[in-house]
This record gives sequence, C-alpha cells and structure tokens, in this order.
Amino acid sequence: MPKHVLSCTVNDEAVEVLVQPYVTLLDALREDLNLTGPKEGCGTGDCGACTVHLDGQPVASCLMLAMQVRGRQVRTIEGLGGAEALHPLQEAFVRLGVPQCGFCIPGVLMAAAAVLTENPKATQEEIRYGIAGNLCRCTGYTKMLAAITEVAGTLSAKGA
Amino acid sequence: MRRFELALPRSIDEALRILSERGSEAKLLAGGTDLLPQLKNGLLKPACVVDLSGVERIRTLKSDAGGLHVGAAVTARTLERDATTQKTYTSLAESGALVGSVQVRNLATLGGNLCNAAPSADMAPPLLALDAEAVIVGPKGERRVPLTDFFTGVRRTVLAADEILLEIVVPAPGPRSGGHYLRHTPRRELDIAVVGVASQLTLSNGVCSKARIALAAVAPVPLRARAAEQALEGKPVTPEAIERAAELALGVAKPISDQRGSADYRRHLVRVLTRRTLRTALTRAGG
Repeated sequence: MPKHVLSCTVNDEAVEVLVQPYVTLLDALREDLNLTGPKEGCGTGDCGACTVHLDGQPVASCLMLAMQVRGRQVRTIEGLGGAEALHPLQEAFVRLGVPQCGFCIPGVLMAAAAVLTENPKATQEEIRYGIAGNLCRCTGYTKMLAAITEVAGTLSAKGA
Repeated sequence: MRRFELALPRSIDEALRILSERGSEAKLLAGGTDLLPQLKNGLLKPACVVDLSGVERIRTLKSDAGGLHVGAAVTARTLERDATTQKTYTSLAESGALVGSVQVRNLATLGGNLCNAAPSADMAPPLLALDAEAVIVGPKGERRVPLTDFFTGVRRTVLAADEILLEIVVPAPGPRSGGHYLRHTPRRELDIAVVGVASQLTLSNGVCSKARIALAAVAPVPLRARAAEQALEGKPVTPEAIERAAELALGVAKPISDQRGSADYRRHLVRVLTRRTLRTALTRAGG
C-alpha cells in the first residue's frame, strides 16, 4: 500500500509525517509522533481514553483514520498545558489526587477542557454530560467531578 | 486493522468516478464512527476506502422557508446545537444529541447514521416523522427518494454501489406543528435504543391536520405507524385519541428478542413512548 503524507498541526506545531492509509489517528499520534498521552482503551469509541481535540472539539482518535485530519489542528494532552505551567485542570487533578491508575486521565482532561473552553461556568450537570463519554475503571468519578467543578468556579470567578 | 487503499476525493464527481471504477470493493467513509469498528472487527473488508472529508458540498447545513437541507456529512453534534434545527425540527436535534458521546457526535454524520441502516438508528425516526427525502447522486445524475423508501433491510438501503447520499431535505413543518423523539436505553448515555419513537403533530382549527409517528428498533427497518397516524388526523387530539394511537402503533411493531430487550418489552415500550412523544408533540404544537 502506498503511504500518504499527512500534513497537519499537532499541539501548535506544523507536522509532516508518512502514514499508512489504514492507520488510525490514535496510532499515528502514539507510534509516529511519540505522543503517548492518548490511550487505546476499547478501540471502538466507547471509553474516551483516546480523546484529543480536533479544531478545538473533542473527538475519539481511535475512530478516525490519520489522513482524515489533513490540514487540521490536533491537540493532545501533551499540548493542553505547557512545559512550564500545567493547565488549571491538570493542576487541580494533581492537587486533589484525582488519578488512581491514571489510564483514563488524559482523555478525561481533554473532555473536561473542551467543556470549560465552551462554557467556563459549566454546572456540575453540564460537566457530567461533557465527560459522559469517558470511562474510569477505577470509578474515580467523584474526585474528578470535584476537581473540574472547582476549576469551573475559579475560571468563572476570574471572568466575573 | 486490515489493510486497504485510501482515496481522498475533493469533489462529488471525483468520488463518483472512484466508485464507478472500484465498484463494490470500495466503501465510503464519512465520520467513521460506524465504519472504523466494522473495519477493525473484520465485518467489512473493502479494498479501498473513500474518505469524503475533503468534499465540502456535503458538509453544509442550510435552511430556508421551504425547509432544512442537511448535507450527508453534517455531524450529529452540529444538528444537536443548530438553533434552527432545535426550534423547528426539534425531534431531529434531540436525536442528534443522543448519538454516542460528545467525542462520537463530533465525528458521526447524519448520512452515516442513515446509510449504516441499523434498525435502531436514532436519527431515522425524526426524519420519517418530518417527511424527509434523501437526495442521491450517481453516474446518471440525481434522484430523490422519500425516506420511507430508503431503508430496505437490516444494514441495507436503496443506494447502489456507485451512488452517494448527497443530502437530506426536510420540508418545513409549518406553524402549529411540534415534534419529539424519545428512546429507551438502560444506560442514560452511550447506549443503543431498545425502542425509539418520533412523533410530529400539526394542528389546524382545533383538530390534528397531520400526524406522523415513526418507530425504530422494532422491525428490520425504521418505519411509520400509519394506522395510528390516520386515527389521529381530522380530530381533536384528546387523551383518548393518544391512547388509541399508542395502541394502533403496536400493529406495525414486529420486534425481536435480543440482549437489549424481549419482544414483549419492546411492544410495551412502543405504547409508552408513542403516548409520551404524542403528548409532548401536542404541547409543542401549541395544543
């Protein structure tokens, strides 16, 4: 099979990489770009561990072919905060000790960040709806929700 | 994943050319949320996948006085959040909001939901209840097919191997019309309908001038409950009329028993969901 040249933006950097036509976005990110934050849980779009942002919107990267993102903006957990400063959500997850095994956390953070970008004052119900596509097998939802709700409060207080 | 070639057409004409060359060994890719799992588990083994994400024409959603034009590659998320769809084609927006998770809805397309032709497709009943038509393009040009004739069996549609679904046209329901889609799932999120029902009621001079009821997951294809519709039309929509329509809707339901629910349970749900969607449709119609 002839490989394709994938040109897109990943975490604000222009990327050009050769990919197989049948490779998923998730595998291209992990195997070709060494971005191993997004995880494969189910591979069928049910668990949300592979969540990345595509043009700012959360998507299941296991359900996309890599070539579908040609010319588009991809952001993974590696590009959510910066090398120097964590994203407020990451900071809250660390401070409140949210991660247990940690496998679902990159996906949860990307889903939560999308909720708060769109609606910084998201209510707990709106947050629950926004992360409904993310499974945590440690069942650590209570702390997760507390951390995201706290950040929503902080962001809205700053914006007020 | 099994290996395949990937074609990246930039126009419908280019996509049609690829389909006529490759025939049934090619498979169209819109959002991919149904296709990729089927490629991964080996249910589908195409030699060539045709990615439609470069075809701008099928990504537009526009409305005018006559109705709503939904490009086949418009996502469930777009329909869920579009103000006009929410206001005038409410049941369609509601069904879009029920497909998968946010991560899935940002990818899943209306055309994909219809062409995948699962008996439980959430976006099919609202479109049947809204008298929608499918615009299909092939080597010989365009044709329009009422959505009632679009589904031919489980995972089968009227589309030939060399045809592409272009858009769905939904006529404006007019004033004093209201609709609602409800489905039953054991889980609140990320589940597949055990039964889905869409109702649309239009009122005129105190009586029902038009009634539409469509059911999903109770037959090989999503279908309309015509006897129930006819019983409602031309009369005031009383609680007794709604009860009778819910009873009549059972007539077309030929459900199977599977892991999601028994046939008896599905028949019970048809009655309950028909009643509930009719009540809400009536309120939304201003009745």
